[in-house]
Amino acid sequence: MSRFLIRRVFGALVILLIISAITFGLFYAIPRDPAMMSCGKNCTPDMLAQIRHNLGIDHPIPVQYWDWLKGVFVGRDYGSFGNCNAPCLGYSFANREPVLGTILDRLPTTLSLAFGAAIVFLIFGVGAGMLAAVKQGKFLDKFASSASLFGSSLQIYFVGYIAMFFFVAKLGLFAQPSYTPLSEDPVSWFSGLLLPWLTLAIIFTANYTRMTRSQLVEQLSEDYVRTARAKGLSRANVFFRFAWRGAMGPIVTVFGIDLGTLIGGAIITESTFSIQGIGRLAVDSVNKSDLPMLLGVTVLSAGAIVFFNIIVDAVYALIDPRIRLA
Amino acid sequence: MSNTNPLLDVTGLTKHFPVMGGFPFKRKIGAVQAVDGLDFQVAEGESLGLVGESGCGKSTTGRLITRLLEPTGGSIKYRGQDITHAGRKQLAPVRSEIQMIFQDPYASLNPRQTVGKIISGPMEINGINPPGGHEKRVRELLETVGLNPEHYNRFPHEFSGGQRQRIGVARALALEPKLIVADEPVSALDVSIQAQVVNLLQELQQDLGIAFVFIAHDLAVVRHFSQRVAVMYLGKIVEIADREDLYDNPRHPYTRALLSAVPEATADDIPARERIRLTGDVPSPLNPPSGCRFRTRCWKATEKCATEAPPLVQVAGNKEGHLTACHYPETHDTVPAPRLSKDVAA
Amino acid sequence: MTSTDQQPFLSVRDLKVHFSTEDGVVKAVDGLSFDLAKGKTLGIVGESGSGKSVTNLTILGLHDRDRTSIDGEILLDGKELLTASERELEQLRGNKMSMIFQDALASLSPYHTIGKQIGETYRKHTGASKKEARERAIEMLRRVGIPQPDVRVDDYPHQFSGGMRQRAMIAMALVCDPELLIADEPTTALDVTVQAQIMDLLKDLQQEFGTAIIFITHDLGVIADIADDVLVMYGGRCVERGTKKEVLRAPQHPYTWGLLGSMPSLEGPVDVPLSPIPGSPPSLLNPPSGCRFHPRCTFAEKVQGGLCSTEQPLLDITDGRGSACHLTDDQRREFFADYAATRSH
Repeated sequence: MSRFLIRRVFGALVILLIISAITFGLFYAIPRDPAMMSCGKNCTPDMLAQIRHNLGIDHPIPVQYWDWLKGVFVGRDYGSFGNCNAPCLGYSFANREPVLGTILDRLPTTLSLAFGAAIVFLIFGVGAGMLAAVKQGKFLDKFASSASLFGSSLQIYFVGYIAMFFFVAKLGLFAQPSYTPLSEDPVSWFSGLLLPWLTLAIIFTANYTRMTRSQLVEQLSEDYVRTARAKGLSRANVFFRFAWRGAMGPIVTVFGIDLGTLIGGAIITESTFSIQGIGRLAVDSVNKSDLPMLLGVTVLSAGAIVFFNIIVDAVYALIDPRIRLA
Repeated sequence: MSNTNPLLDVTGLTKHFPVMGGFPFKRKIGAVQAVDGLDFQVAEGESLGLVGESGCGKSTTGRLITRLLEPTGGSIKYRGQDITHAGRKQLAPVRSEIQMIFQDPYASLNPRQTVGKIISGPMEINGINPPGGHEKRVRELLETVGLNPEHYNRFPHEFSGGQRQRIGVARALALEPKLIVADEPVSALDVSIQAQVVNLLQELQQDLGIAFVFIAHDLAVVRHFSQRVAVMYLGKIVEIADREDLYDNPRHPYTRALLSAVPEATADDIPARERIRLTGDVPSPLNPPSGCRFRTRCWKATEKCATEAPPLVQVAGNKEGHLTACHYPETHDTVPAPRLSKDVAA
Repeated sequence: MTSTDQQPFLSVRDLKVHFSTEDGVVKAVDGLSFDLAKGKTLGIVGESGSGKSVTNLTILGLHDRDRTSIDGEILLDGKELLTASERELEQLRGNKMSMIFQDALASLSPYHTIGKQIGETYRKHTGASKKEARERAIEMLRRVGIPQPDVRVDDYPHQFSGGMRQRAMIAMALVCDPELLIADEPTTALDVTVQAQIMDLLKDLQQEFGTAIIFITHDLGVIADIADDVLVMYGGRCVERGTKKEVLRAPQHPYTWGLLGSMPSLEGPVDVPLSPIPGSPPSLLNPPSGCRFHPRCTFAEKVQGGLCSTEQPLLDITDGRGSACHLTDDQRREFFADYAATRSH
């Protein structure tokens, strides 16, 4: 198992390296000069060169990338800005704030959003899926199936605005979505994020209901479930210890991917609800041609997805001894 | 074997599947010796049976002959032409003469194609335009395999298991093959249907002069269908002979044990064969026993068996063409000392 | 609880199992009766769709209750199983009656160790502690011939070979010394040498414990090896019944003749073609009228008045021997003599 994890972590680092290099390359492929943006209206060639030098973009692209990479591992000396310790992701072009610090400030927001929503949709999605599987072919099953089909065809920017319009603006049932740190005021933290959680949950729940149902239905028809019944074990026992155990694997897989996506790809959600998380940071950094910030956010997002994938594989191995590795 | 030039000539055929592992970088750490040095010939119009238990390499052999797998070593000659490592172009003419029938009639037919399309597929791929067109030929083939030619436009799911296997046979016949490799063609079928398909294949062999490599685990079916039979164990042929010789005078202890394990549908109190119960399991082909691969389960094994692999030869007392790979071949009056399975439990 | 002399240990009376599907009602079992005494083995022979597996799932109450309508009686040691509650059945399953299946790899849970799977049956029915259950599991594994049982008890099914898995399955089924064991094609997926080992094991265990066994198979050779009595099923009905010797030496029903004629043998002449049964097994959704075998029967036209296609032949049983066929006794003797002659020339 540890060998497997080491191999996977190593692979993940390679992936992040490639992603950062591609981001770097793509950034310069866009015909947009970050120095021009800082230079303002009365820009002279001299000023431009100076700004270029200050931003560190006067070197050839590979050298810039190498400097950035070195900074991540051994830190980087920015001269007048002072020393940036490893892991150094550089300073924002736009506001000269350290990239790592900004990301760490925004991270709790995105994590609260993602995990809160995940808890809601796991409970409702898996619960409804279980009920549907037990009541196969009955009304509840059919209802859950069609509801989930409807839910999974919805999109956050659609449901989100509608929910905001009705529940916040019209009915006033929910507070305007906002983020308050949990440590500061748990009640505002909860009430501020409740609507985004529920909205995200509506969309994700559907998928989990369908998946849980189909996995359980499949597992319940497995031979070993029949054997367990033939041994005299009760229905409930067989359901949770045998069928559910088997159904868990694929659900965990999808959950891991979803969690990575929620954290890494929070752009639309955060824009919809005007919440200042990592996703908004990504949008802003693109708009401002803020290369260090964009790189930092991209690597973090990719890192989240890769990380949860490794976790999924590890959990899968714990669930299913057949794929447990030496 | 009337012809000195066999249709198919296999020498030293070997297939090792690499096993990857290791740390931190995966590399080849071993090999599954699925097939390890097979020698056999198939004459024109002859049926050679390949029998053995799961994991003996019989199916791999079938896939090597049809070149669905690339051999690791040895040579395969078809009508004198070496096809061991032949490329796509060189293989093309041979492929149409060597066809395959598979075990699972459900999985080996494309469910979205009509029977007509399935059977004419091989002709189209090989650019063969039979006189009268594809449809006429397909109808003939359907009739040959005992299906209604009017079912030309039906889909596989509209047929029963036995009928699907007949479709598979018709497809194999479409290119007028000289050799058919049949991998467990009847083992997924019900007993009564199995007999229908065996009879059909037998008619084809006799009427069309098609040679067969008939791969099966069922010794009785093989005895019924194949004029010559090779018994495989753990990637090697342990005995090969004409069927009368093999079934009536088995010389390899494994052949004998295998035959004695087959339950016969008779109500006689005295079994026709003395019971020999093999103990334990077939060893892993990843790390097969040294010397004779059967020695770990053989009641006759000695030191010699562990050090020296017995060659496949005509041992004393064998008829022409009856080859056995054993240092201590069975004779008719050898009384083996069978170890009962109970002994293991003790 | 002991069975009285009059009452057989297991008695199935006029069992009907019908499933409702989208396409209509499937008459999987349609009026089946048999008895089984303690310590005896009944072999049930039939092809796919004959209803042999459904019958046995019904005995254990493992059929899909929502979609099945059942009629008849199943008495185990005097207790009616078809009307028993789920709780009562749970007490019996794995305890007084248990079952082993064809595909041991699929039938054992991949998520639990062999020892745990054997032990949990024991714990469920005896209330033993985890430690006792583990010891019992090791003992059972030793009994079924697994080498190093104290080590292998912690293995998962995928770490066992095919034969060992089936042994483990038998250990699991026998852990509570059941009085009835239903074996559904337990050796079909195994190699012949392993099949021989497993059948020897079952016979030994039966001798030791006096278990009654229902052995379901499509292979008459296996029947010859293990059964005392034989029941031949076709299209959800019993077509012939008798002792093993009676059925194999002097089969009465044309279907049984066909089965025997379809089986290649290791003995006798090699160049006699097999005599298969023409056609395919019947659809249970829309079974043939009259005798369900008549569309495939070469003797149907020999019966006066076309009875075979209009009237269901009655199963005429005397002293446990009989068959369901419209042929007269004389006809049957004549045709069987012809059949026997073609088999041995």
